[in-house]
Amino acid sequence: MKKTVNLTIDGRNVEAEEGKTVLEVARDNGIDIPTLCYNEELEPYGACRLCIVEVSKNKRTRLVTSCLYPVEEGLVVKTNTEKVVANRKMLMELLLARCQGVKVIEDMARNIGVDKPSFKPEYLEREECILCGLCTRACAEVVGTSAISLVNRGVNREVAAPFLGTADDCIGCGSCVYICPTQCIKMEDTGDTRTIVNWKATFKMQKCKKCGKNFAPEKQLEYIRKKLNLPQGFFDVCPDCR
Amino acid sequence: MSVNVLPRISSPEELESLRRDILSRRDPNRPLITVCGGTGCQTYGGSDVYQAFVQEVKKQGLEAGVGVKATGCHGFCERGVLVIIFPQDILYQRVKVEDVPEVVAETIVKGNIIDRLLYVDPATKKRHTKELDVPFYARQHRLLLEGNTRIDPTSIEDYLAIGGYAALPKALFHMKPEQIIDEVKRSGLRGRGGGGFPTGQKWQSTRKAHGDIKYVICNCDEGDPGAFMDRSLMEGNPHSALEGMIIGAFAIGSHLGYVYIRHEYPMAVENVTTAIKQAEELGLLGDNILGSGFNFRITVVRGGGAFVCGESTALMASLEGKVGEPRAKYVHTSEKGLYDRPSNLNNVETWANVPQIILKGADWFNKIGTKGSKGTKIFSLVGKVNNTGLIEVPMGMTLREIVYGIGGGIRGGKKFKAVQTGGPSGGFIPESLLDLPVDFDELTRVGSMMGSGAMIVTDENTCMVDMARYFVSFLQEESCGKCLPCREGLKRMLQILTDITKGNGRDEDIQLLERIADTLQDTSLCALGSTAANPVLTTIRYFRDEYEAHIKEKRCPAGVCKDLITYSIIDEKCPGCGLCVEPCPTKAIKFVAKRKPVILDQKLCIKCGTCYDLCKMKAIAVK
Amino acid sequence: MASKVQEIVEKYRRDKGQLVPILQDIQTEYCYLPKAALEEAAKLLDIPISRVYGVATFFKAFSLTPQGRHLVRVCLGTACQVRGAPRLLDRTAEALKLAPGETSPDMRFTLSTVNCLGCCALGPVMVVDKKYHSNPSTSELQRIVEAAK
Repeated sequence: MKKTVNLTIDGRNVEAEEGKTVLEVARDNGIDIPTLCYNEELEPYGACRLCIVEVSKNKRTRLVTSCLYPVEEGLVVKTNTEKVVANRKMLMELLLARCQGVKVIEDMARNIGVDKPSFKPEYLEREECILCGLCTRACAEVVGTSAISLVNRGVNREVAAPFLGTADDCIGCGSCVYICPTQCIKMEDTGDTRTIVNWKATFKMQKCKKCGKNFAPEKQLEYIRKKLNLPQGFFDVCPDCR
Repeated sequence: MSVNVLPRISSPEELESLRRDILSRRDPNRPLITVCGGTGCQTYGGSDVYQAFVQEVKKQGLEAGVGVKATGCHGFCERGVLVIIFPQDILYQRVKVEDVPEVVAETIVKGNIIDRLLYVDPATKKRHTKELDVPFYARQHRLLLEGNTRIDPTSIEDYLAIGGYAALPKALFHMKPEQIIDEVKRSGLRGRGGGGFPTGQKWQSTRKAHGDIKYVICNCDEGDPGAFMDRSLMEGNPHSALEGMIIGAFAIGSHLGYVYIRHEYPMAVENVTTAIKQAEELGLLGDNILGSGFNFRITVVRGGGAFVCGESTALMASLEGKVGEPRAKYVHTSEKGLYDRPSNLNNVETWANVPQIILKGADWFNKIGTKGSKGTKIFSLVGKVNNTGLIEVPMGMTLREIVYGIGGGIRGGKKFKAVQTGGPSGGFIPESLLDLPVDFDELTRVGSMMGSGAMIVTDENTCMVDMARYFVSFLQEESCGKCLPCREGLKRMLQILTDITKGNGRDEDIQLLERIADTLQDTSLCALGSTAANPVLTTIRYFRDEYEAHIKEKRCPAGVCKDLITYSIIDEKCPGCGLCVEPCPTKAIKFVAKRKPVILDQKLCIKCGTCYDLCKMKAIAVK
Repeated sequence: MASKVQEIVEKYRRDKGQLVPILQDIQTEYCYLPKAALEEAAKLLDIPISRVYGVATFFKAFSLTPQGRHLVRVCLGTACQVRGAPRLLDRTAEALKLAPGETSPDMRFTLSTVNCLGCCALGPVMVVDKKYHSNPSTSELQRIVEAAK
C-alpha cells in the first residue's frame, strides 16, 4: 500500500497518496484550479502558469505551479488568495493580448474578471496558438513519432514541422488536432484523403473492407500495427465492424 | 609549454617528489618576463608582444638565462598589454611591440627601469614600479587571481610549482568524504555563479541522494553581459577549477564530471581541454587517481549560444542534447538532475575556491568576509570607471571603495550615477547606497543581487530608462519562451519601455510595468524570468524622476534617447578644427573653414554621438 | 556530406547528449547547418529530426542559411552598451552596408550581434573572424572591410 500524506487545501483537510501533485489531489477532492497546458495523459509541463497556488511549509510561503508540485505531509495550500488571483489576472491579460479573437481564451479571461488587456491596441495580436505544447508533447509521449516540435526561442517560439515544411514523420492520427485547446490545428477529411493542414501532411485513408468507411490514415494504421506487432491485414476492417 | 616527458604518478609521495624536482629546476632569481595572455590583452596585440619578446631574447642570445612566459589574465585590462618582470616584480603597462627591444636591453640586461612604461596614479601622480604597489592591485585580495599572473595556463608544471594539486592528496588520503563536506560547510562558501546557495549543503544533498551514478558539473556558461571572471579563471588557471571538481566528486561519490563552457570562449575551451589531458597523463584524472582507488573523468562540452543555459536545469537539458529549457526545481537537481540522476552543479569560481579551503582549512577561509558572505569575490569592474578590469576583493568591501579606491572614480571627470550588479538579474544601486558592503544578502535587500560578479558603473550620460529597456531587450532575446509570463511579459515590458524612450509613454505605464514585473517575479518558471523584473524595478525605485521626465515632458535628462534629443553645434565654442568631420558615419558634418564653425545637417544625422564623444572643445550640444 | 557528418558523429561516439557540439562541428565545416546534414545526424544519432531542428533553431550559434566568409560580430553586452556599442553597431552597419543578421550578396560578410564576448573592460568590442577590435574608428573599419577578401 502506498504511503499517504495529510495536507490542507483551502482550509479542508485531505488525505493524499504520496507522489501525487497538488493539482491532482485538489481535483480529486472537487477543488478546481484553472489550467491550459495540463493533460492527465501527459507529463506536466508548467508553461501556462495558470495553476499557481500558494503553498506554505515551515513558515515559508511561495507561489508554485500545482501541476508539478508534489504533495507533502503538513502542506498548507491556498488556491484563491489575493496574490494568486492578481497574478492569474495578469497572466490572462498577457494571453489575451496575444490571442485576440480566440473564444476559449476570451471566455476564460472573462471568468477570471479580465475584459481587455492593458496594453496599447496597436500591439495586440491575433495568434491562435497559445504555445502550451500539448500537441508536441502528445506526439512525442503518447503517439511516439515526434513529428512536430517547438522551434526557435522566446518571442519567436512556434510549433512547426521540421524546416517549416512537411512533417515527414506525421502519421495523420490527429492527436494534435484533438488535444489543442484553441483548435488551431486544422484537419480536413475529404473522400479518401486526410490533410493535417498546419503540417502540410496528406494521407490516404484506409477503406474498411466491410462497411466501406474511410476510417483512418493507412500510415497511422501501419504504424500501430508494427508497434503492437499485429498481423498483416489486421486493420483491413474498421473497429466498428470487427 | 606543455608536458613532454612527465611520468604517470601513482602516489602522493611521487607527486611531492615531482613537485620538488620541478622546483629544483627553477631558479627564483632567474629573470622571467611574463606577458598577459588573456583575451583582453590579445585585443591590444598581446600575442604579438609575447612573440616579440621570445624573438628578442633569442636575438640577444639570452635564452639560457631569461624566461618568457604567456600567462593568464592579470586583470588590469584598462592597461593592456601588461608585462611583469620577475624577480623584481616590475609592472609595465600598455606595452607595445616597439617597446620590446628596449625592455630587454634596459631592464633585463642592465636592470634599468623604463619610466614611461610604469603605471602612474592619475590622482597622486605617483609612479609605481612594483605590481603589488599599484593601488588597483594593492587593494585587492587575490586568492584566486594570483595564480593567473604567475603561471602559463597550458603548463601543469607551473600549477604544481605554485603549490597546485596539494589539496587533492590531502582530501583523498587524509580526509573522509563527510569530513570534506563538513569543511566546505564550515567555510561558509556560497555559490559564486549568482545563486549564492551554500556549497557544502548542496554537496551534502547530492551525496545523500539515491543513486549509484552521480554527476559533478562545472558551469562556465557565464552569460551575464559585462562579466568575464569565469573566462579569465578558466583561461588563466584551469587546474584550480579541475582540482576543486576532483575533490568535490570524491566527497559526493561521483565518477563523471562535465565542464560546460559557452562557445564564445574558445581560449577557455582550449586551455581546459589541454589541462584535462595533462592531468590524465599525469594520473590526476582517470582511474585510480594517485593510487587512491578513486576514478573520475571529465568531459568538456561547449554551449550553443543561449544565456538561459547558465541556469542549472537548462544547462543539464543542453547536456542531454535537448533545447535549453529550464524545468521546475521543486525537486532539486541534487536529487534529480542530469538524466534524472543526482547532479551537483557549481560555478567555476566556486570550484576554484575549494582547493585552498581544503589546504588551509575552513577556519582560515571564514575569517575573510562578512557574517553571511565568506571569502573573496571576483568582480569585473567595467563601464565608466577609469580602471576597468578584473578585481578580487574580500566580501564586505564597500561599493564606494571598489568604484573609487580600486576603480579610480568616473572617467572623463563625469558624475557617478549608479552601479549595476548581478547582470540582467540584478539592479542599479544609486550614489546614496554606495557605502553598502558587497555581501549576498545586503545586495539583495536593496533590490539587486550579487550575481556572477559583473559590476557596471554608469555616469550622468547614462539614461536609466534606456538601461532598463536594454536589459529587458536582452532578456527577451534570451528567454527560452516556454512559460507565459516571461515570454509575453518581457515582450510587453519592452514595448512599453521602448515607447517611453521614444516619447510615447502613457501616464499609467509605470504602474503597468510594476504589475507585469510582479507577475514575472511571482510566477516565472525559472530565475531568468523571476529576476527579470529587477532592472526595471530598481530603476523605477531609484530613478523615477527620469521615467517621469520621459513620459510627462518627453525629455531625456541624460541626453541619450535618440528620438528625444538633437545634436547641434555650439557655434561660439567650435574652433573649426574639423576633427568630427571624417568619423561621422553619414557625413552629416560639413567643414567650412579653419576658425569657422562646422555645419551639422540634421537630415543626415543618425544621432550616433560619435562627434559628441570626439569633440575636445565640448562644442557639440545634446538637447 | 553523409560521410563527413558520420565522421563528426563518430568523433563524439554517437553520444546523443553531444548534439550541440556535433552541430557546432557541422557548422564549422559548412559555414551553416545544411538540411541534409541535419537529417543525416538525426538518423545516425537516432533522434527525431523535429528535435534536431528544434535544437538547431534554439541556439544562437547556429545558422540554417549560408553565412558570409567573414563573421563580423559586434558585442552588445552591458559594459559595451554603456561605452557606446549601439554607435559602434551603427558605424559598422554603415561600413558594411548591412543590417545586423544580414549577409552581403557577394558572401563576404555576415554582420551579427552577440550578447557578450567577455572582453568587457575593452568595450565597445567587435570581433572579425577571430580578431578582436576595441572601439575601432571609422577609418579602421574601412581598413578591415577592404582587407577581408
